[in-house]
Amino acid sequence: MADEKGKREKKRRVTHEGGRRITHVTLQDGTEFSVREIGTLQYMLKHKWLYLMLLPGLVYFIMFKYVPMGGLVIAFKNYSPFRGIWASDWVGFKNFIDFFKTPDFGRLFRNTLGISLLQLALYFPAPIILSLFLNEVYHNTYKRVIQTLVYIPHFVSWVIVASLTFQLFNSQDGVINMLYRAVSGTTFNLLSNPKTFWGLIVGQDIWRETGYGTIIYLAALAGVDQEMYEAARIDGAGRWRLMWHITLPAIKGTVIMMLILRVGGLLNTGYEQIFLMRNDLNVSTAEVFDTYIYTRGIVQGSYSFSSAAGMFKSVIGMILVLTSDRIAKAFGESGIY
Amino acid sequence: MAKEANMLKHMKTGPKVRKSTADRIIDVIIYLVLGLIAVSTVMPFLYVVAGSFATDKELTERAFFIIPRVWSINAYSYAIHNSNILQGLFNSIKLTVGGTAMCMAFSLLFAYPLSKSHLRGRDVIMNLVIVTMLFGGGMIPSYIVYTSYGLLDSYWALILPGVISPFNMIIIKKFFQDLPIELEDAAYVDGATDLQVFYKVALPLSKPVIASISLFYGVGFWNDYFASMIYLRTASKYPIQILLRSIILLSNSVSESAQDYYDMNGAPPDKAVKMACTVIATVPILVIYPFVQKYFTKGVMVGAVKG
Repeated sequence: MADEKGKREKKRRVTHEGGRRITHVTLQDGTEFSVREIGTLQYMLKHKWLYLMLLPGLVYFIMFKYVPMGGLVIAFKNYSPFRGIWASDWVGFKNFIDFFKTPDFGRLFRNTLGISLLQLALYFPAPIILSLFLNEVYHNTYKRVIQTLVYIPHFVSWVIVASLTFQLFNSQDGVINMLYRAVSGTTFNLLSNPKTFWGLIVGQDIWRETGYGTIIYLAALAGVDQEMYEAARIDGAGRWRLMWHITLPAIKGTVIMMLILRVGGLLNTGYEQIFLMRNDLNVSTAEVFDTYIYTRGIVQGSYSFSSAAGMFKSVIGMILVLTSDRIAKAFGESGIY
Repeated sequence: MAKEANMLKHMKTGPKVRKSTADRIIDVIIYLVLGLIAVSTVMPFLYVVAGSFATDKELTERAFFIIPRVWSINAYSYAIHNSNILQGLFNSIKLTVGGTAMCMAFSLLFAYPLSKSHLRGRDVIMNLVIVTMLFGGGMIPSYIVYTSYGLLDSYWALILPGVISPFNMIIIKKFFQDLPIELEDAAYVDGATDLQVFYKVALPLSKPVIASISLFYGVGFWNDYFASMIYLRTASKYPIQILLRSIILLSNSVSESAQDYYDMNGAPPDKAVKMACTVIATVPILVIYPFVQKYFTKGVMVGAVKG
């Protein structure tokens, strides 16, 4: 259809009159006509259904996203539930200063960054490596069975992951500890040990998300023309050179995009998981920004203080996302925003 | 389309060049490693399923097994009779079905107009959405605002705050954009309104995206723990995840607060009962998984292209 139009159309010219666009078209057979853009009000009436369809969503974004953003003013106030958000007194940056001054601040920062960086080092590369392995499998049924199995944990809840972890590793009757005791005569303490907490969290992440994380890389690899591999093989390239010169360049863009997301979320350690694995004994390495905000805010009722802590976290997070996005663009990648 | 064609080609041809012995050894190693990874991924599930059907005696005697010597359903009947796990299961089903339906209705309605390039104000609205992906009020201001809406101790507090996920909405929008325009044009020529074109033409063509996004929303509701913990106050409203956590931690010394020890009648559950409860909470997800698996890879790919 587009082709037909293109053939019949000879000339197209756009002029403006009173802020409206007018398109003048001349066809091959010499006929001329102009199309005048309709006014916004007229357009909205014509497409009233489209705007009505948008309405519930717009109300949602305003009531449930923008109003809470406005609610952040309590970070600069001494919020009292009885006086309400507007009547509470302004205190300037007091809550922020209090937060930076608590001895907790350094500990939270260290734990959050420690878990994130360990994730970046171990859990980020895991799906890439698994994809490279899967890419070497030419037996398609085998490949599909493996994929189906490794996707499963992504769909179970953190409560179930935590419950499986307890049942495998707890030092009284966890199966791994029972096996370990049979060999060595002693048990090890993983679940309430501050020294192993970061490793425990990253280990759970790797188990749960590595398989699912391959989807995005395998999608990028599916776009590679198989004839490139054929041609390179005929030229005598071995397995490693194929991987280095064809496979890795094919997923480079995706890897960088995922890295941006990862770095942008450096302060988002995922609180549901940490909350479930945290306990009184390992809390010294387990308390991160999100769990702290929950405890101080919702459990203890220090609303303004914890809002300030939350706002600090969100602002840093946003700066991280936008900066890493810029850097990626500066290196010629497409970026995300 | 090009991707799929390449995938097909990949399947048919495979490696044509003859492989050396060293290459074959590497192949075998790769196949073995992958097999090992897959087995270790599902092993915890197999162990827990086996344990849930075993007797307590066997569980203390044998450290590890995936086929019990003596089969028993005692753990299940104990779990069902001595805890409110059935109530929790029912609550979770109600929340998941209702929540997913709400989310899909809101997201589809919102995504459709935004998929029209001629829509005036489209950029403004898209920016409004993207800002919420970058920045938000955070846990505490949201809690205060939602509480002021009267949502405390109601399932609405779990459904409404995430009724449109920007990420999912963009996937749906992208799908609508890629629908063949001729069909919609034909409907407009016949005098259909935008709304009629939406539900008579666009929706019936969108089954794949509806299936995969419903799965994403549904899994989110089924698995939710944190929001339920913050907003729900009445024990009879608790979904399965909250009950499961309290059961698992019940006899565990590392539990952090007495709040976790609510309404379990009778003796603390033993190992097999914990396993049975874990299985009860996992099975619904695993049952629907094979039916939607073919759709969700597509959904993730679209999301990856236009995130």
